[in-house]
Amino acid sequence: MVILEGKEVKKYFGGLAAVSQVDFCINQGEIVGMIGPNGAGKTTLFNLISGALVPTSGKITFKSQNITGLKPHQICRKGMARTFQLVKLFGDMTVLENILLGSLFGTSTGMSESSAKRESVELLEFVGLSAMEGVLCQELTIANQKRLEVARALATKPELLLLDEVMAGLNPTEVAQATELIRKIRDKGITVFMIEHVMKAIMDISDRIIVLHYGEKIAEGTPEEITANKTVIEVYLGT
Amino acid sequence: MYIVLTVSWAFFSGPSQYISLASSAFFGLGIYISAILGKMLFLPVLIAVAGFISFLLALLVGLSSLRLRGMYFTIFTFGLSELIRHSVLWWEVNKTGTVGRWVIGVDPQVVYYVMLIIVLMTLSVAYIIKRSKFGLALRSIGASEEAADHIGINVNAVKIVTFAISTFFMGATGAIMATRWTYIDPSIAFNPLFSFMPPLMAIFGGISHIYGQILGAAILTLLADLLLTKFPYYYMLLYGIILVVVVLYLPGGIIGLEKVRRWWKGGSVK
Repeated sequence: MVILEGKEVKKYFGGLAAVSQVDFCINQGEIVGMIGPNGAGKTTLFNLISGALVPTSGKITFKSQNITGLKPHQICRKGMARTFQLVKLFGDMTVLENILLGSLFGTSTGMSESSAKRESVELLEFVGLSAMEGVLCQELTIANQKRLEVARALATKPELLLLDEVMAGLNPTEVAQATELIRKIRDKGITVFMIEHVMKAIMDISDRIIVLHYGEKIAEGTPEEITANKTVIEVYLGT
Repeated sequence: MYIVLTVSWAFFSGPSQYISLASSAFFGLGIYISAILGKMLFLPVLIAVAGFISFLLALLVGLSSLRLRGMYFTIFTFGLSELIRHSVLWWEVNKTGTVGRWVIGVDPQVVYYVMLIIVLMTLSVAYIIKRSKFGLALRSIGASEEAADHIGINVNAVKIVTFAISTFFMGATGAIMATRWTYIDPSIAFNPLFSFMPPLMAIFGGISHIYGQILGAAILTLLADLLLTKFPYYYMLLYGIILVVVVLYLPGGIIGLEKVRRWWKGGSVK
C-alpha cells in the first residue's frame, strides 16, 4: 500500500529549481533511501514533504490525504516525523524532556502527562539512551544526539519517519548501531524514508533507492540496480 | 509594580527567546483605559477590562508580528509602543484638545492591596505556565522553533496565547497604577522605560527562575529610588554602570551567584 506519494513536485528558489518535477512513491513498511551529490535537492525535498517549505507546484499525498501546504505540526500529527541534517535538539533541556515534548504534542490523539512520560522512558530504552535520561542534551556526543533526535521523532508515533543523514559524522561502529536501529524501527511497522551519504549503509539497508541530481530524479530501483545504473555512475564518478 | 511587569514579561520572553519591548504599550494602554473608563466602572471591573483589552490587542499584534524572529521582533515591538504613544498623543491634541488627563484617585491602601493581588496572580500564572507542558513547549520554541514545529507543537498558537496572557497583567497593572499617579499624559503612560526595565530587571536577577526575576525587580526598583534620592545628578550614570557590570560579570544574574542561591534555599544545599 502506498503511504506517501509525490506528483510533479517542484520548488524554485528565485530562478533556481531546487527540486523539479519529482515523482516519488513510498510503500508502507519499506525502507527507501535517497542519495545524490551535494546540492541535489534531497533536503529540500524532505522540507517539502514535512511542511517546512511549500512546493511551488505539485502535490504530495500522505495516507491518501493531500498534505501539500499544511504546516509541519499538522503533518506531524497526521503521523509523519523527521530528523534534521544538522541536529536540532532543545539543547538546554534534558534528554527525557526532549522526547516528552514529542509525546505530549506530536501524537494524533494527544496523551496524558503520565502516559507520555511512560512512553518516553520506553523510547529511551529502545534507542539505548536510558542511562542519559537526566543529562542536558547539549552534553551528548553527536552519535547520541542523533539517536535522541530519532527517539524524539518516534515519540510522536509516526507511521512514516524521514531521516536526514542520521549517519553523517558517525564512526563505523556507530554506523552499524544506527543501521541496526533503523531495522528495528522498520520491524515496529514504521516506514522509513532516509537521505544518506554513507553508501555501504544505505545499500545494505534500503529496499529501494531514489537518486536525485540537480533537483531531478535520475534513477530509482533496488540497490543492485542503482549500483549498476550508468547515469548514476556518471554522476558520482564522472565519465 | 515592576515585579508584575518583569515576571509577566519573562514568562513569555524568557523561555521563548522572543525579546519584546512592547511592555510599555500594554502598560500605557491600561493606564489610559483607567483614565477614560475610571469614572464609570467599579475598580476590579476596570482592572479586568484593562487586562482584557490588552490581551485582545496582544492577540492581534501577535498574529501579525510573532512570525518575525529575533531582532526583527524586538524592533517591531518597540516600534509598536512608539506608534501607540504617538497615536494617543495625536488623538489627545487634535480631538480632545488636551495632552494630559486626570485619573480618579483611589485610597493608596487599596492600590497597595490590589497591586499585591495582581502580583500574586502573575506569580501563580507564571509558575503554572513554567511547570506545565506549555512552558516546556515555549522553551523548545526558544531552543529550536523549527524542530518544535516538526514534533507537532503549534508554535504560533503557543507564542500568541502566552504573549497575550503576559500582556493581560501589564494592562491590569497600568490600570491600577494610573489611579495612584492621578495625572497622566502619553509620555508618562507610554514611557519607553517601562519596556526596557523588565528585560533589564529579569537579566539582573536571573532570567531563568521566577525568584530571580522577582529579586531583580525588587533590587533594581529600590536601587533606583535610593540613587535618585541620594545622587539625583548621577543617578542614571550609576545605574547604568551597575547594569553593565552585572551583565558582564554575572551572566546568570544575581541568582547565578551560588552563595545567593544557597541563601535562598535556606542553606539546605550541601
